[in-house]
Amino acid sequence: MPHDTLTHPTPDEPLRIHDREFNSRLWIGSGKFASPGILAAALERSGAHLVTVAVRRADPSARGGDPAFLGIDPEKVFLLPNTSGARNAAEALRLARLGRALVGHAWVKLEVTPDPANLMPDPIETLAATELLVKEGFTVLPYMHADPVLAMRLQDAGAATVMPLAAPIGTNRGLRTRDLLEMILAKARVPVVVDAGLGLPSHAAEAMELGASAVLVNTAIATAASPPDMAEAFRMAVRAGRLAHLSGPGRVLARAEASSPLTGFLWDN
Amino acid sequence: MSAPNLELDALLARETRTTADLEALLSPGADARIQSPGGLEALAKASADLTLRRFGRTVTLYAPLYLSNFCVNPCVYCGFSSRQQVARATLGEDQIRAEAASLRDRGFSHVLLVTGEDRRQAPVSYLERAIHVCREFFAHVSVEVYPMDRDDYGRLVAAGAAAVTLYQETYDRGVYADVHPGGPKADYDARRAAPIAAAAAGMRGVGLGFLLGLAPWRDELRGLFVHAQEVARASWQTRLAFSFPRLRPAAGGYSPAHPVSDAELARMIFTLRLLFPDAELVLSTRESARLRDGFLGLGVTRMSAGSVTTPGGYHEKSPAGEQFAVHDTREPAELAAVIAARGLDPVWKDWSEAMTEAP
Repeated sequence: MPHDTLTHPTPDEPLRIHDREFNSRLWIGSGKFASPGILAAALERSGAHLVTVAVRRADPSARGGDPAFLGIDPEKVFLLPNTSGARNAAEALRLARLGRALVGHAWVKLEVTPDPANLMPDPIETLAATELLVKEGFTVLPYMHADPVLAMRLQDAGAATVMPLAAPIGTNRGLRTRDLLEMILAKARVPVVVDAGLGLPSHAAEAMELGASAVLVNTAIATAASPPDMAEAFRMAVRAGRLAHLSGPGRVLARAEASSPLTGFLWDN
Repeated sequence: MSAPNLELDALLARETRTTADLEALLSPGADARIQSPGGLEALAKASADLTLRRFGRTVTLYAPLYLSNFCVNPCVYCGFSSRQQVARATLGEDQIRAEAASLRDRGFSHVLLVTGEDRRQAPVSYLERAIHVCREFFAHVSVEVYPMDRDDYGRLVAAGAAAVTLYQETYDRGVYADVHPGGPKADYDARRAAPIAAAAAGMRGVGLGFLLGLAPWRDELRGLFVHAQEVARASWQTRLAFSFPRLRPAAGGYSPAHPVSDAELARMIFTLRLLFPDAELVLSTRESARLRDGFLGLGVTRMSAGSVTTPGGYHEKSPAGEQFAVHDTREPAELAAVIAARGLDPVWKDWSEAMTEAP
């Protein structure tokens, strides 16, 4: 009688979300870069196949401007519109629809951040917007607090992923929400993409070691002295973290453990 | 009171700062340290670092659009003062459209509508109409007009205004009375209450400032800080902006009693960035090209360009009087090229009409 087989994923196995596959688990945010040229160079070195773009920045009617997004070739990199700037579900819906018209697909990174100082996501409006957008046929990837219950609620509402924050956006502080991220990772059915606050490649590696499906990075790369070099460093770290996760990391122990057995004498004879 | 070097270093290293830190930064005892080239450099670095993390390598461009220079106030420093014999005009809808088209052609998506204070020439209904017209051309429409109550600001929010700018001019009541000798603007408290009312009415952005040169700048900065905190408390969803209008030559030839030096202006800009990491800091064409270029990346996040301070001056030469003499006269495209050469992205559009559409 055949048994269920245990499958062992490989580090290069693509990440599946709905009907799409992503070969890189490093996602890039396109804001804060000094120029489209530097963004392009960073994208190239990052190996990323997904880049988020702010709908509010797109200007289809600009004279001589960039009608699409920042000169990124959508054949090479998947453009994921985000609703940054939205304060509530209604604004997020309008931005999502504008984004759909711009990129020609119905995927959206949902951001609802009414507090302009810390850009904290509003859990109530985010859940409401997820429900409405799913009903409209969107594939919704919501940015959220690292709140395990909210993650389940968003998953139940039909979110394609959950994207909990590691630390306040733009702070480069790393996995300040680690304990909560672990709870989310332990329960989520949908892919968990750690977003916001990852300031160093080691932070990204840590998120991947914990079992995140992917990470999204913007500030740390865009504001580095050399964004392309930093992008490559993140690419390596994400792959290292993924590989470490799949290879089964050892327990983290509070103190040293003798590698010679303490009870060996029992078997001496 | 003095702020020894170590204290300043610790202050700059912290992630957030307090009112006590503001006092340390303003303290005359710290002047020797802060206004030395090395001291200002340390402030600039901390300010630049915060600005980079919060705003990235970007500067957003906007243009003022003067709708009317009629004014009932006799302010002693202003080119629009009711005491000045200058040509007056209020733009009609077709003229607004022509001005807007001209600015849009130069690349702008952010516009600031400006009027003097004359509620018969430019009533709230006129502003509603102007905002409506401008929203056909621009993603972000803000206003710099006379103070209003909460209901009137609510009308502007509903019409699609994203932000309001209103300078207190000075936080020194005595000086305020001297330079605003009549008209509705003589009411200090009514003016001070207006930005708080705007925030309470749901205005997404509120811009504050004082005229640099009317009173000693340290006291002004304290007054601004307290005012800004009250605005922020009125609405946690409102984003603050600060401008630094240094008095410029204008009709009437007013000369400021407390002129602010370039180094003091720099200290003010860096201090506000340190106290308000997320606030927009605005530097207009009142300042020279040399200074504006120098401040790029150090804290300033919004700049006007190619500004004309007369109603109707963009699409044709206007005979109307100007509010103040523009110092940096470079065309917007020229400034954008300079910004790019400094390693920053000149952002023409950072807003969507979807964010201010009436629900």
